[in-house]
Amino acid sequence: MKSYRTLKTALSALRLNIMRSVLTTLGIVIGVAAVITMMEIGNGASIAIQRTMATMGANTLVIVPASAAIAGVTQGAGTMMTLTPQDADAITKECPAVSFVAPIVRARTQVVYGNRNWVPTYIYGTTSSFLQVREWTDMDEGEMFTEHEVRNSSKVCLIGQTIVNELFGGQSPVGKEVRIRNVAFRIIGVLQKKGANVMGMDQDDILLAPWTTIKYRVVASSLASANQSSSTTASSTDVNTLSQIYPNTQQNLYPVPSATEVADSPKPIRFTTVDQILISARSADQILSAIQQITFLLRERHHLRGSDLNDFNIRDMTEITAAMRSTAELMTKLLLCVAMISLVVGGVGIMNIMLVSVTERTHEIGLRMAVGAEPNDILRQFLSEAVVLCLLGGIMGILVGRGSSYLVNTVLHWPTATSVGAIVAAVAVSASVGVIFGFYPAWKASRLDPIEALRYE
Amino acid sequence: MDLIELRDIHKTYHLGQVDLPVLKGISLNVARGELVALMGASGSGKSTLMHILGCLDRPTSGEYWLDARQVSWTTARELARLRHRMIGFVFQNFNLLARTTALENVLMPLTYAKEDLTKHQMRQRAVELLQKVGLSDRIHHQSSQLSGGEQQRVAIARALVNHPQVLLADEPTGNLDSRTSEEILQMFQQLNWAESLTIVLVTHDSEVAQHAQRIIYIKDGLIGT
Repeated sequence: MKSYRTLKTALSALRLNIMRSVLTTLGIVIGVAAVITMMEIGNGASIAIQRTMATMGANTLVIVPASAAIAGVTQGAGTMMTLTPQDADAITKECPAVSFVAPIVRARTQVVYGNRNWVPTYIYGTTSSFLQVREWTDMDEGEMFTEHEVRNSSKVCLIGQTIVNELFGGQSPVGKEVRIRNVAFRIIGVLQKKGANVMGMDQDDILLAPWTTIKYRVVASSLASANQSSSTTASSTDVNTLSQIYPNTQQNLYPVPSATEVADSPKPIRFTTVDQILISARSADQILSAIQQITFLLRERHHLRGSDLNDFNIRDMTEITAAMRSTAELMTKLLLCVAMISLVVGGVGIMNIMLVSVTERTHEIGLRMAVGAEPNDILRQFLSEAVVLCLLGGIMGILVGRGSSYLVNTVLHWPTATSVGAIVAAVAVSASVGVIFGFYPAWKASRLDPIEALRYE
Repeated sequence: MDLIELRDIHKTYHLGQVDLPVLKGISLNVARGELVALMGASGSGKSTLMHILGCLDRPTSGEYWLDARQVSWTTARELARLRHRMIGFVFQNFNLLARTTALENVLMPLTYAKEDLTKHQMRQRAVELLQKVGLSDRIHHQSSQLSGGEQQRVAIARALVNHPQVLLADEPTGNLDSRTSEEILQMFQQLNWAESLTIVLVTHDSEVAQHAQRIIYIKDGLIGT
């Protein structure tokens, strides 16, 4: 009841000086509107930056096998062959912090089309989730191969822009066939241009195919030929028993070695392993938990005991994530500074006007005191005027701020994101600005001597 | 015991090094239902005395008994409550709130009422008082649209809205012409007679003072004859 009356008195006093009230509030309106607009634009920018960084691979983890060592001679990173496609499947199923997983089999060899040839930087055998991991799902033409084609080890591939330029000279390559080590691959899609990565490597110089195809049809023959120079025709059936499912179409130009000859020149038995596993975490915050989950899972799957070292390494893009985090932090701090300054300016405006108002209404204050207003009543009245001004300004500011951020979004096409936190903070701050900057004038009014105030003209 | 009892009230203003005594030991009684005029030339200390009577100012020494209770002069808050409960003020220059209607002016003191009144009760009391002072057709007029006499009547209604024990009028006719002055003074007499309201009139005009039942002369800070 009492507070309602105080509020009513405050409102009617403000109404008597409507123009001045509006102009005073304008400071707060602009301050709050600026805060909200800045926060929303900042949020939008921050989200856009995060998305851009994610396409650079900020959320990506790479699992590589550890280094193999033969008699104390280490062979370098990735030389142990411990990662299997089943590891990749298990990670997909059992690690909640992971969104996509793509096993990768690498090759480096010549790609031939007609009378042209080219050696791409990356020939990756993978699954369809590779594009999700790399945030590269947009295609210029065609589409990604499917799980089915991976299982069938179909001879299909996707190529990047650089290969399109080198082999096809601008023509549409979809449906054409390229040969990789004498295996004919049908091109089913063209990836969108991505440009160089942070290290300056051309990411468009890439050929993607099902990992089974690269593993069993391309790498298998290449390793066989590496062992037996010039014998490109050697059947891979001796090398990998799995390859029997996919009979090599090449003619045997040399006689099949006898059992004795095979025993004399033993060849390594290879398990189905992949060269690396590419993983994307659900968000930048979940990278650490993803690493923990994967480490736990792989140690279990690889039967490692407590004291054993990991037979794999997980790498994250520390540099990029650190850059991302510091960018976002800097942005927030910057916006906070701007917000603070504009609200303090608005608050000083309120204090100024309230002081003028107290001086102007000294006579009225004296009268109110004479008819029995206690100092607290006067304090409350002027304080509530200031708070009402600030709150009304805050509400107006929210509307103006939301409106202008909408305008910025539709007219300038800047990304914005609604920030509930900014709205709550703006209202809270404008109310406290009212209390803080309204207190001194109100206190001054309440301390007036009634006789002095009544004599004041 | 009388409604108002002053015992040996002194008031000295300190202006730098110089002490300026304004009231030099005033003792007076005002009985309940009396209409008293405080008369004196300007500078005699009658305004200071009225401020003390109205609990707006503290005496340097002396006792003030109002309604059989001694005024303690401790906190501004208690003085405000005392003014609110016991005293109604009428000023020379009316002191109405600008750009506010007559009704709102009369309602203003009720904003600080301690007892809970409904909006309707407050409004009813204010309208009754405005009718009593003869302004039933001016209730919703802005204070600036009223004549001087009407403004003073609004001020009287405002002073009465809290049911005060005593009405203090400081030169209530100082800004009015003689005919309107007569009307206002008759209204004081009427209130005093009909409702046995205690009224203290402060004036320098013997013409005005003639309307009172008793005249107290103040001269150089002392009660004169």
